[in-house]
Amino acid sequence: MKAGTLKRYFGIFVLPTLLCFLLVFVIPFVMGIFLSFTEFSTIESATFVGLANYKLAFRAGDGFLRSLGFTSLLALAVVAAVNLVALALALLLTKRIRFTSLFRGVFFLPNLIGGIVLGYIWNLLLGGILSYFGLDITYFASLGFLGLLLLSVWQLSGYMMVIYIAALGAIPKETEQAALVDGATPFQLLRYVKLPQILPSIAVCVFLTLTNTFKMFDQNLALTQGAPGRKTEMLALHIFRTFYGRIGWQGVGQAKGVMFFIVVAVLSGLQLYFTRQRKEKI
Amino acid sequence: MTKKQTNIVIYVILALLSALFLFPILLVVINAFKSKFFISTDPFALPFGDMFAGLENFRRGLSSVGFFAAVGRSVCITVLSVAVIVLFCAMCAWFLVRTPGRVSRLLYGAFVFSMVVPFPMIMYTATYLIDRVHLSNVLGMIPVYLGFGAGLSIFLYTAFVKTLPIELEEAAGIDGAGVLSTFFRIVFPLLSPTAITVAILNGMWIWNDYLLPYLVLGDKNKTVPVAIELAMQGAFGAVDLGGLMAMLILAILPILSFYLFAQRYIIEGITAGSVKG
Repeated sequence: MKAGTLKRYFGIFVLPTLLCFLLVFVIPFVMGIFLSFTEFSTIESATFVGLANYKLAFRAGDGFLRSLGFTSLLALAVVAAVNLVALALALLLTKRIRFTSLFRGVFFLPNLIGGIVLGYIWNLLLGGILSYFGLDITYFASLGFLGLLLLSVWQLSGYMMVIYIAALGAIPKETEQAALVDGATPFQLLRYVKLPQILPSIAVCVFLTLTNTFKMFDQNLALTQGAPGRKTEMLALHIFRTFYGRIGWQGVGQAKGVMFFIVVAVLSGLQLYFTRQRKEKI
Repeated sequence: MTKKQTNIVIYVILALLSALFLFPILLVVINAFKSKFFISTDPFALPFGDMFAGLENFRRGLSSVGFFAAVGRSVCITVLSVAVIVLFCAMCAWFLVRTPGRVSRLLYGAFVFSMVVPFPMIMYTATYLIDRVHLSNVLGMIPVYLGFGAGLSIFLYTAFVKTLPIELEEAAGIDGAGVLSTFFRIVFPLLSPTAITVAILNGMWIWNDYLLPYLVLGDKNKTVPVAIELAMQGAFGAVDLGGLMAMLILAILPILSFYLFAQRYIIEGITAGSVKG
């Protein structure tokens, strides 16, 4: 097929997707950046206000910084917990045993369930446990934090486990055997032979967990709704509420959206950097 | 410890962990058959005796909020959007790879870039535009999902198209095949492994998606996740927990049955999105 002939088919092959993409992504993205410097309650009424929205977002008592802090703290806890659990599961499942695909299937299962459903499942479970102590998940922010952490471990561990299983499976058997011949203990084998060789996958999983947690919305809405007060409100929910809960604050919501994008873009950029490094090593 | 004893310990640990992972789902199943007053007072008891409600929760809970219509809508949107994404993104990715140049590079860059942008950044403006062009209805969701799904799907297809030998297509051209028949007879069938991945990833996402259909379709045209969330937004004491359990089960069931058939494809497909990098 000559590229020249093919080019005449642009309208059939590219245009349908491109039009939809322009409509729901490119134009909204450009508009979003522009509108973050304006004040508006409907888009037609936007007036330029410079950096005022960005200043308002950081004003004390707005809750943006608090939700950024809460999200970051949760993300750190989720990254540590999910990757420890996932790595442990992967190590267990790469031992030479039977039924591995059955176990793998069970651990992966929570990944398939949507965020809203996940949130209500854990609402039921944690609510049931906490009611024995006369408590509710919305009594303390720390309970909400713990709930979101447990939910995330349950949801994400299986996914990261699959990546770790692939990485552990790709380790050349010779290195492991050589270490065993040298009399390495199981801990030394893990610490000095296995972990260094799967380091690139650890980097990928850390960043995947990080970006996933940063963008979390459905689970947050269904499990705690940000309660008590708005102390367990994560970034996505906070921005949603700035847009749709406060009339005239849409511009501030948009400014927060732009800053949220920058945070996620930086995290994704770092992830890309580490992934590229991995490829170069191979 | 002998090898056999170590293995037994590992099996016991794995079995316990599996039970822990399955417990939350099991809990929903148990409570779906319990009469609604006992769900909040006694969530961990098995539904025997007084507590047993048979299919009452399913009957009452599902009819109350128009849940069956929501299931129909979700199925319709998911199936049609996935079909459109699988086809059009394959066409787009193939075209971009086979017509190298500045335009193709720019378009591919834009598609990949969209994967990095979190939804809250564009949620207000995208919802506004979708509304302006009158796509805020059930069928309108199909082009909307094509636009949102294009980034990841074209990214995955492009990686695969690059591995296809161009000689096959050149041979088809020499034999007199036109552009369309070359794509549909030769290229598209070869893309099927990636097509499966693209279908699974987008299918899971669209079926489970809450915020976009909530903003675009609202509570008039509820999808399953929106219906569940709305059912829970009622005054807290008045929430029908029994009905909720039934809804949760019906939201998971299609995915679960699909998973039992195609576990390997699903696990590979879902993780492919991340590892390819």
